[in-house]
Amino acid sequence: MAVHPVVKLMTQRLALGLLLLLAASVLIFVGTQILPGDVAQAILGQSATPQALANMREAMGLNDPAYVRYLHWLGAALHGDLGQSLTNGEDVAEAIGKRFGNTLFLAVVAAVIAVPTAIILGLIAVRYQGRWPDRLISGVTLATVSVPEFLLGYVVMFLLAVKYRLAPSVSTIYDTMSLGEKLHAIALPVIVLVLVVLGHMMRMTRAAILNVMQSAYVETAELKGLRPFLIIARHAFPNAISPVVNVVMINLAYLVVGVVVVEVVFVYPGMGQYLVDHVAKRDVPVVQACGLIFAAVYIILNVAADVISILANPRLRHPK
Amino acid sequence: MKDELKYLMALAARGRYSRRAFLGKAAAAGITGMVANTMLAKAVRAAGPKKGGTLQMGLGGGESTNSLDPALAASQVPFLYLMTAGDRLTDMSPTGEVMPRMAEKIGSSADAKVWTFTLRKGMTFHDGAPVTADDVVKTMRRHSDENAKSGALGIMGGIESVNANGDDVVFTLKSANADFPALMSDYHLIIQPGGGVDKPDAGIFSGPYKIKSFEPGVRIELEKFADYWDDSRGHYDAIEMLVINDATARNAALQSGQVQLVNQVDPKVADLLKRAPGVTVNATAGRGHYVFIMRCNAAPFDNNDLRMALKLSIDREEMVQKILSGYGSVGNDFPINKAYPLFDASIPQRTYDPEKAADYYKKSGHDGSPIILRTADGAFPGAVDAAALFQQSAAKAGIPLEIKREPNDGYWSDVWNKQPFCASYWGGRPVQDQMYTTAYLSTADWNDTAFKDPHFDELIVQARGELDQAKRKSLYSEAGLLVRDTGGAIVPMFNDFINAYSDKVAGWEDNPNQDTMNGLAGVLCWEA
Repeated sequence: MAVHPVVKLMTQRLALGLLLLLAASVLIFVGTQILPGDVAQAILGQSATPQALANMREAMGLNDPAYVRYLHWLGAALHGDLGQSLTNGEDVAEAIGKRFGNTLFLAVVAAVIAVPTAIILGLIAVRYQGRWPDRLISGVTLATVSVPEFLLGYVVMFLLAVKYRLAPSVSTIYDTMSLGEKLHAIALPVIVLVLVVLGHMMRMTRAAILNVMQSAYVETAELKGLRPFLIIARHAFPNAISPVVNVVMINLAYLVVGVVVVEVVFVYPGMGQYLVDHVAKRDVPVVQACGLIFAAVYIILNVAADVISILANPRLRHPK
Repeated sequence: MKDELKYLMALAARGRYSRRAFLGKAAAAGITGMVANTMLAKAVRAAGPKKGGTLQMGLGGGESTNSLDPALAASQVPFLYLMTAGDRLTDMSPTGEVMPRMAEKIGSSADAKVWTFTLRKGMTFHDGAPVTADDVVKTMRRHSDENAKSGALGIMGGIESVNANGDDVVFTLKSANADFPALMSDYHLIIQPGGGVDKPDAGIFSGPYKIKSFEPGVRIELEKFADYWDDSRGHYDAIEMLVINDATARNAALQSGQVQLVNQVDPKVADLLKRAPGVTVNATAGRGHYVFIMRCNAAPFDNNDLRMALKLSIDREEMVQKILSGYGSVGNDFPINKAYPLFDASIPQRTYDPEKAADYYKKSGHDGSPIILRTADGAFPGAVDAAALFQQSAAKAGIPLEIKREPNDGYWSDVWNKQPFCASYWGGRPVQDQMYTTAYLSTADWNDTAFKDPHFDELIVQARGELDQAKRKSLYSEAGLLVRDTGGAIVPMFNDFINAYSDKVAGWEDNPNQDTMNGLAGVLCWEA
């Protein structure tokens, strides 16, 4: 019995994703190994005696060949054991879990606002193509996407926190806060992130739909006398989903892995700041774990984009 | 002064009348803002501290790698939460005298080798256990243990034994040290129950505040410890420390009222921040300094004429103006300034003198090849710019400097204390002896200038054991001159500690020992 092509394609994509993740794990491991300096020396400091260094190397298994260490690390990571932080001894998985939760919270809130807004603005821009709403939307989003995010952060902070005191400039969140308090605390970083990702997604939506608008069936719909917005939303947009999903996923990935600068500016306790602190201290297990998680997020979102594009394509769903 | 104004001032001091309104009334009565401010500050202090409220601090210098173990503290935020939650045997006054803290009486043998600290009675730890001499002894022993990786290991090296005797803790030193009580004020040496041996990062101390929640690199919550023995410390009900490493974000948090006190204000923006309503910027002259380090044992710096040439070819005034924006003072090529006790102010100030520098340069017989100066952004704030200024002022004396910019990463392990000429900084120490012992004695690990002079070593050891203050002062003066004229350190400037706080904070007192009132802003200030 022939396998349905969608199932086949999806299996391929998933397998590729796993392979990619494995390759990323090799790269991360090699990258942390070729960092200058000896890990044992980095942990024990300058005044360490040679004997202490030798003991440390032995205890950490640094005398084993690299591939053995890699397999050990990978095996443990697959079991959810990411090791212990070298600097303060906390369990990496636990510490990262909390930080990663915060990062996801910020990313999800930003995405929930940004994605629908970008798509609706894209639709509006197409509807009024070349007229003032289109120009206004395109111009503003182009501007926000071009300004460096830290500057955007400072401008928003100056206006909304210092000048009008509408929202706090420090977005530290902690467990005892209610959801409402948390949302209030992260208002400013969310605004900045939305502004940063909006332009890219909106412009892609606009371009993809305009592409479809040239098709014969859109002309047919127009001749049938359908309302322009209905044509765009019902007939053109579903056929433009594939490129839009791709760009949405790239931006979602950015919201998770690329927001270090925004985290620093607004003092948000997410993954980015955590990673930077530990890189500075040569805390290899934490750096490896963060790298692995970032890589996984990127790969999962991209696989998801592929899968959605496949599912959104009627030719693949209904093979002859 | 008019009675009405006096009355309003009393109200303002107690926080029942707005400070700004008072300043307005004062101005109407013909009193300038500065005078009125000083008057008000005096009245506030006279009115006495108000109890209650919460202090929120926005602090730079914290990482998610921080720990509650005092032995491991090395950056600003750990320093501040430890000083707020913990107590030490002694404390340093703003004028540099040793003040008893947990020890109510300090005595020494005539040769300054045996020191006895008598503990105050009725002190308790945050978990309710009483503080005993045994806890102190165990704390000291833990910091002496190499495995504890304590930042105070260098201090503990001079101790031969420490034992408890009733309420007394008796230290026997390897050699005489008149400054020993000052060393006990070190922020690593916070007394922990059982010395913190079982669980160094338990976060149980005996200070005026206890740790309520601890998220390293993010937020530290402290609450008043009701059983603290000293009513003159700990006026707020709670203190919240937010780690804000971005300087602009820190200032914005202060201006938007989210925090009431910030540290590490960038000198470049201090004047701008001053203009913000309700914000006071405080600059306190400290003992920290920036240095250019020449290693005396490496060519071409093994030649004192060349070292002198370089010392004379740096424009200190210009550095203080351009690198510190005036928030600092000129250095004099030895690591001590007037903020230290027993400083000899009669040592002449070295100034920029390109002609004399050129003479020394010629005398040194240097072959004219460019001298490589290594620097990095992280060497000290503005280190790259400072190196460029140095290059220009040296060029006027005909001395070619070549700047080599190094990455921050690995600067302290690969460049500092290894390369012959580089930029660096030193934080202050409570006493002169500790500064010299850490970085200038022949045997010091961190003798980054590789300055080795047996006579200098003798002077320092002699001064350490000398109880006669006048004699000590002259010994330190001689030692300072030796470093100034034959050493390898070029000390262009001493930097100020710059803090800023809102008009909701009262009781600020300058303290040159360390940043943010020697870490005690939280326990000494109160809500205005």
